[in-house]
Amino acid sequence: MQEEQNYNFAYLDEQTKRMIRRALLKALAVPGYQVPFAGREMPMPYGWGTGGIQVTAAILEPEDTLKVIDQGADDTTNAVSIRKFFQKVAGVETTEKTEEASIIQTRHRIPERDLEEGQIMVYQVPIPEPLRFLEPRETETRKMHALEEYGLMHVKLYEDIARHGHIATTYAYPVKVADRYIMDPSPIPKFDNPKLDNSPALQLFGAGREKRIYALPPYTPVKSLDFEDHPFETQTWDEPCALCGATDSYLDEVIMDDKGTRMFVCSDTDYCTTRREAGHVGPDAQAVGEAAE
Amino acid sequence: MYVAVKGGEKAIDNAHRLLAETRRGDTGVAELSVDQIREQLKLAVDRVMTEGSVYDPELAALAIKQARGDLIEAIFLVRAYRTTLPRFGTSKPVETGKMRLERRISATFKDVPGGQVLGPTFDYTHRLIDFALAAEGEPPRAEAREDFSEETLAAPHVLDLLAEEGLVERPERDDEAVPGDITRHPSEFPMDRATRLQSLARGDESYLLALGYSTQRGYAKSHPFAGEIRLGRVSVEYVPEELGFPVEIGEIELTECNMINQFAGSKKVAPQFTRGYGVAMGHGERKAMAMSLVDRSLRAVELGEEVKAPAQDQEFVLEHCDNVQATGFVEHLKLPHYVDFQSELGLVRRMRQEVESNLAEAAE
Amino acid sequence: MSAQTMQQPARNDVSTDTPLLTVDRLTKLYGNQLGCADVSFDLYPGEVMGIVGESGSGKTTLLNCLAGRLSPEEGSVVYTDRTGEEVDVHAVSEPRRRMLMRTDWAFVHQNPRDGLRMGVSAGGNVGERLMAAGARHYGKIRSAALDWMEKTEIDLTRIDDRPSTFSGGMQQRLQIARNLVTGPRLVFMDEPTGGLDVSVQARLLDLLRGLVAEMGLSAIIVTHDLAVARLLSHRLMVMRRGKVVERGLTDQVLDDPQHDYTQLLVSSVLQP
Repeated sequence: MQEEQNYNFAYLDEQTKRMIRRALLKALAVPGYQVPFAGREMPMPYGWGTGGIQVTAAILEPEDTLKVIDQGADDTTNAVSIRKFFQKVAGVETTEKTEEASIIQTRHRIPERDLEEGQIMVYQVPIPEPLRFLEPRETETRKMHALEEYGLMHVKLYEDIARHGHIATTYAYPVKVADRYIMDPSPIPKFDNPKLDNSPALQLFGAGREKRIYALPPYTPVKSLDFEDHPFETQTWDEPCALCGATDSYLDEVIMDDKGTRMFVCSDTDYCTTRREAGHVGPDAQAVGEAAE
Repeated sequence: MYVAVKGGEKAIDNAHRLLAETRRGDTGVAELSVDQIREQLKLAVDRVMTEGSVYDPELAALAIKQARGDLIEAIFLVRAYRTTLPRFGTSKPVETGKMRLERRISATFKDVPGGQVLGPTFDYTHRLIDFALAAEGEPPRAEAREDFSEETLAAPHVLDLLAEEGLVERPERDDEAVPGDITRHPSEFPMDRATRLQSLARGDESYLLALGYSTQRGYAKSHPFAGEIRLGRVSVEYVPEELGFPVEIGEIELTECNMINQFAGSKKVAPQFTRGYGVAMGHGERKAMAMSLVDRSLRAVELGEEVKAPAQDQEFVLEHCDNVQATGFVEHLKLPHYVDFQSELGLVRRMRQEVESNLAEAAE
Repeated sequence: MSAQTMQQPARNDVSTDTPLLTVDRLTKLYGNQLGCADVSFDLYPGEVMGIVGESGSGKTTLLNCLAGRLSPEEGSVVYTDRTGEEVDVHAVSEPRRRMLMRTDWAFVHQNPRDGLRMGVSAGGNVGERLMAAGARHYGKIRSAALDWMEKTEIDLTRIDDRPSTFSGGMQQRLQIARNLVTGPRLVFMDEPTGGLDVSVQARLLDLLRGLVAEMGLSAIIVTHDLAVARLLSHRLMVMRRGKVVERGLTDQVLDDPQHDYTQLLVSSVLQP
């Protein structure tokens, strides 16, 4: 792809990058704390990942290898568009392989493959404030964080159990970071929450519209909120991935026809492809291969 | 089928080509030029400049063309362009009291020094579709039009006359203060008035209109009077560091509204009119008026009024006034959410199963 | 924390010679308007103080200053905590003050809507203070909630209903349960029976009197109703135009009022 010559490397000017890096350093110093930053207007709309894009632009170096996923997949439209953007304005290497990437920008998923030291996850965040739907006022929620007044968060979980018999939050499931700040892990399914905990990778969160950055340094303890007698648990599926047979990955439901035929396949396309290349076969691999052709 | 669900590069490329084609429309019809938009759709251009926060009619007209007439999309384009521009510094405050007036009205006095000047306004037109415009005829030249570029018409602010008597509060003025910049600093609440005005100035016109309207309907009633609305050109002055004195760097067209509002006074302060302020680039009367109403309602805390209506709530008003942010977040719902939805689907299935098995048990 | 220890508040290990609350020359102005002026008194553990006066006399302003909800212009409020440490309520940091408010203290509002979360179930309302204090066992939180609903005579089957579906009397009892569940030492009450029917009032008063005695609570109760004051409080302060005009043991003040204003108040009630 042709590199764009009229913009600075990775689009943002160096002043702006420096400002974002300062916010990132502060965020790393206080894990889980939402650092306000002067988010810029980007050529993509708010809600399309402008926070993640700014974080990526601020940390990107020419020798980096970038992977961009949306819903776990490299080929969803928004992932394609963001990857193209960085190819154009930074000319960096891109990859679909989790293991090859030095930076992974994501919307709504964490790759299934274990992350490694030296890798950086960049999360796109729509609403960074985990208390927002309990208390709409920023002035009040900041005070609640400052004073560690988190009783209300558990009231929400209590209400879930009282009404449904179990906690009814399935994504953007709140976590407590290093036994201090309650944090929104971005709208990843709670299936991915255990991957946040004690991860060897550096994890950065950017919310463009709300102008907040927060972070988890490598090996930070991250605990999903729960009750002693209603412990946190993740989603499970009754069947394996139809294509690669994986039983340990997050599955997307795909509707095959108008008669209600369904198939469950890995949401992480790289994970699924890698497994199939290694010879793993799921129950419907044959049928799907034909349908796709 | 599976491939279609995941989308892909090719689909995006095709969508972009189709967009370009649709933008052009029927090639049998002459293409619209940027000049035509700038000259003939001036009010659209002015709105895009105001909410895009760049005074550049040419750029705004181009953005409108590229956005196929979608003004919020055009504002978005202008903003994304603006964000890459270098900052040289801050101009001196413009002297709207020395504005070369094209329109100037006051609803509070029948006559004012400098007179009432109607200028180009829809106000007293009959809203009848003018089919003559479809016939593409040249309009008759306005006879009453004075040539303002030669005979400079300037007049003092109406409210300054009242302020002399102490009947209306003095505007806060601080030429030395460095203004905040909402595009360079994250918002913090409570927000000072100058920064609030900056947010409102680039805020969505229709949103401010609705909020301003709500104050008139009793949600934070402030008994407003249009003290003065003026439209005209002001010069912009800048003090280059190496020179140390102001240099005129150009002229811009502005619309300004000073609203006069009731204030009961307190034990310490005699009753006095307060003011709300609104300003827009180019000709943006509705925007400037709505903004001045909302500016006044947001001063509730400062003036010791009870905060109970939406238009008085700083966080509510200012966090939602930016249409580029708002449209982004509303429209992002178009992006795939199937991972989250999958989670919810699993939950609802599980809960339905539980209810059904409970019912089955109860039936036994 | 078990349900058992929750319902039995820790006995004050501070000697009853030490005041729980020492109020010194408290003054609050609203602009030029007087809220309350130059109020001083001590409150001892286990004691219930009534503040009476007509509306506008400054009694609610005084209560809000005592409870740290309003800042006074002058004077101080010193609270002696469980360890015997003295805390200057208005000089201490906000985190400490808010901590006091949700642990050692309780505040019962006149309007239960101000003291309850109307969108949260009765159980959640009672459990909130426990969770804020670190309780993380759903079953125990729920049984503590049930226990307190029983104490406050609320139908246990309503535990998952929202208070918006409750009657006014039930809402007020729920507010009391929500406040007392963590075993506070000091309860502030602002017209706790105001706005309720007479028959409902009697039942609530009975309940409050029982709980205060059983838990050995200290309380400051603001009311315009002398009957409420007589039933609940050991001592009484009579306020008028922001100032305390008379004080003493409740029976003494009500049976043998000295100040003209108190005499007027008492006669207006007793001799219709």
